Formats: sequence, structure tokens, C-alpha cells
Amino acid sequence: MSKTINELQDEVIEDFSLFDDWMDKYEQIIEFGKELEPLEEDKKVEENLVKGCQSRVWLIPEDENGVLRFKADSDALISKGIIGLLLKILSGHKAEEISSAELYALDEIGLKEHLSPNRANGLANMVKKIKMYALAHQAKD
Amino acid sequence: MKEAAMKFDIEKIRADFPVLTRKVHGKDLVFLDSAASSQKPKQVVEAISNYYLYEHANIHRGVHLLSQEATSKYEDARKKVASFINAKNDHECIITKGTTDGINLVASSLGEHCVNEGDEVIISHMEHHSNLVPWQMLCERKKAKLKVIPITDDGELDLEEYEKLLSEKTKIVSVVHVSNTLGTINPVEEMIEKAHDVGAYFVVDGAQAVPHIPVDVQQLNCDFYAFSLHKMYGPTGIGILYGKESIMNAMPPYQGGGDMINKVTLEKTTYNDLPHKFEAGTPNIAGGIGMGATIDYINEIDWKAAHEFEAEVMDYAHKKLSEIEDLRFIGTAEKKTGAISFLVGQIHPYDMGVLLDQLGIAVRTGHHCTQPILERYNIPGTVRASFGIYSTKQEVDQLVQGVERAKRMLG
Repeated sequence: MSKTINELQDEVIEDFSLFDDWMDKYEQIIEFGKELEPLEEDKKVEENLVKGCQSRVWLIPEDENGVLRFKADSDALISKGIIGLLLKILSGHKAEEISSAELYALDEIGLKEHLSPNRANGLANMVKKIKMYALAHQAKD
Repeated sequence: MKEAAMKFDIEKIRADFPVLTRKVHGKDLVFLDSAASSQKPKQVVEAISNYYLYEHANIHRGVHLLSQEATSKYEDARKKVASFINAKNDHECIITKGTTDGINLVASSLGEHCVNEGDEVIISHMEHHSNLVPWQMLCERKKAKLKVIPITDDGELDLEEYEKLLSEKTKIVSVVHVSNTLGTINPVEEMIEKAHDVGAYFVVDGAQAVPHIPVDVQQLNCDFYAFSLHKMYGPTGIGILYGKESIMNAMPPYQGGGDMINKVTLEKTTYNDLPHKFEAGTPNIAGGIGMGATIDYINEIDWKAAHEFEAEVMDYAHKKLSEIEDLRFIGTAEKKTGAISFLVGQIHPYDMGVLLDQLGIAVRTGHHCTQPILERYNIPGTVRASFGIYSTKQEVDQLVQGVERAKRMLG
């Protein structure tokens, strides 16, 4: 039985609880980016871009027997890590679970609070795009 | 060390800027983003605060004492800044919201005055968007052509190409004095002479020059020179557009409203004289008074020694940064000031900026409002460290250590 979104959030919170220093937290975030499934070069196009990020972030959904999996990449490692962190939590669940998920982990680890408004906006847009895909997928069913 | 730089008391200067004692993410602030906006000395902030607390009234129209006092302080500020850039007349200094506002004024009003269908306007490939978009807009409106002076790999203007672009069709040339991204100091004085030879007007975007090098508008013989106070230790929202009297007298007004009129009837309005003709509405009085205090501050410290000290810090930064493996500078012109742009290996400037911020080091990352430059060098952005009179070699050392640490994490 695969883990629920909240179980995955709790795991992330635990991972981050090991670090006091934000440099270490960034190191961990960069690691999440490295765990992402690679995104094909031909998918790195304008329509797959997440708007409002200072670097380019591409995101695509894939339907695997009723479960939504996402692939993503970025030209910056920290952005890639942040999307990696989000997908670690949100990828691989049913569309309705994703669209209704309450992302408490981002507050808990202090990421939202830590980012400047510009960058927090980029993070919010990533979450929005993931949820939009999930909602669109639900509407199709 | 040069004598002037030795005389320069950096600790005394830094004490004038209380923000420099701040901690950022628990670390001492290393502020290397003065090209975006410099910090303000307390003398300037106090002048603005005093004005609001004890001296505020609208200017130019009141018969009462407060209004007269505020008017004379505001107009004194104009005189001070006119003398600072050696303008022939005070009224040749139009008080604007900043460089962007000044350039829009010239593009609109001078453009109306002298640009027609088929005419040409010349800018360069290293312009800030604020000295590019207004000219694009003018050329679209007038069906004129916008020509662009190319830049070399080192980030210098290609002056041979510039001469080829000049012709009797050229009406206006508008070029940046110091590039905000590349740091290049452009040889505007000789460029101005060449533009005048074909009868074109020359506009200088001086936003990054005035804080770092001496500017004498009469010696340059430019027709217009625009700059912002907030990049030279003054308040935001205030700037100067210097323009030659005879040209500005011939130009139509830019915005209509109070202060810019002589007589208004419902049928016809006659306009006020310079500088008021181009200053519609209640101005940024506090900003103007802050501008006066800024020039007083500059005159009080040894401005020349401050520049020499700053140049030394910048030379040191070039030397130290160049020792970092895989670091490459974007902009290697022979004459540079103010800003150093660089990239390290394949590291995205955004990543570098985020980690440096974590270490208390404020740099700028991204396109710096010069997207055509990034396109020219085919890069996603740069990391830009920029300096002010309060920057030190220790701060450069902290930057270098920060870049090394970020590089280890991102490599």
C-alpha cells in the first residue's frame, strides 16, 4: 500500500527537522531535485512552463492507471529541488487526492515563510499548476 | 595606495549608513546591490524626516512662511544639483521621478519636436529597458527607424559601426554612460561630437555613471543627461533631466497640469518657462529636499577620494573573483565602474543568488532589465555584485567565500 499525501508530508517534515541551518536545508532541497524522474528535452517547451518563477520550471502530468504522476525539470537546481519536494508529496496519487490536499508541510518546514515574496509566488504557482492538472483530470473522468 | 584613498575614512562613512549594521539570516549584511539602489546616509533621511515633521507645505504658490521656506529649500536643491553636474543654468535641470521618467520625457517631447516618418533614432545593444522601450514606442508612433550600435565580446560599443549608423537621417542618439549589467564606461564625449556632426541630438542615460565618475554636462556637451538620486545615496522617486535651454525651449510640454502653465483660459493655455514647463503638478517635495541633502552629503565627504577607494575595492574584487575556478566575467571592457557581472560554470545565477542571500550577501541575479545583453551573450542571466562608497575589501572576501561555498553545493 503506497503512502498517503499526509504520510509523505510528515516524512518531509521529519527530514527537515534534522537541520537548523538554511544552507543545510537547501542542500536537502537540491537532493530532492536530483530524485526527480528526468523530463524529455522535447517537453521543455513554453506551454509546460510554470509562470512566475525566476528560473524556468517545466511540469507535465502523466496518467498511470488512474494515478497522476508528474515529471518536472528546471534550469536552476534550487527551483528543481522545490518542485522535486512538491512532487515527492503530490505525485503518484489519485487526482481528487491531489486537488484536495492541504499542504501543511510547506509551512511546517518554514519554506513559505523563508522565501521572498517573488520566490514564494513561484512556489505558489507550482502548487497551483499541479492542482490545476489534477482538477482538469478529474473533470475528464 | 593613493593618497586620496588613504585619507578616506571608510569606517566614518559606514557609520552614516545604519542599515549596514543589520543582520540578514543571522549573518552580517554584505550589501553588494548598490547598482539597483544605493543605501541612504542618515543625514539624507533626517532631512526628509525633518521636512515632513516641521517644514511641510506645498511649494511655488503659497504666500505663507512655510510654503516660502519649502519652496526655497526645493529650489536650492535644484541649484545644488545643477552645480554638481556643472550645468550652465539651474533651470536646465528638470526635476523628474527618476531616470526612466526623464528619458520618457525626452523621447516623447523631443521626439514630437524633431522625429518624423523615415527618420532614425540610434541606441545601443547594452541599453537598460528604460532607454530602449521609450524609443521603440516613439519610433512605432512616428514610423521612424530604431538603429542599434552593436557591442563587442568584451562588452564595449563598436564605435566603427556607430559611425556607419550615423547619417543625416539620424535625429536622436541615446546611449548609456555606464552599463548597469556590464559595468562598461562608454566614451560618450567623443560619441556626442560625432552625433552633433550629423546634426543629431544626444541623450545620455547617466543612472549608473553619476554615482561613480565625475560628470560635467558642459564638458560632455550632451544635449540631455538623465539620472536618479536613489542610485547615488539619495531618495527614491526623484531624479534629474538635464537639457540644453535652447532645445528645451523649442520642445512642446510633456504633461499638462498645475505649475507648468502661464495663463489658462478654456480656449487656450500658455506655458510656463523652464524648468516649470516640464514639471506639471505638485512635485515630490520631500524627495527634492532629500536631493539637496544628498548633494550636501556628497560635498561634505571627499567625493573624489570616495571614488578612488571604490575603484580600489572593485579592482580587488576583479582580482579575487578571477581566482575562482570556472568563474567568467560578463563584461570585460577596459574601463569599468560600479558593477561586476559573472557566472560560475553551469550554475544558474538564481541558485547562486539564493545561497549568497542565505549567507547575508545581497547581490542581484537575473537580466537586470537588459534582456538584449543576455541574448547577445546567450546566457540566462548574471550574478551582479555592485559597489558603493561604503563597500570594503572584507566584503569582497566574504563574497568570494560565499561563491566558493555555493559552488561546492551546486557543482
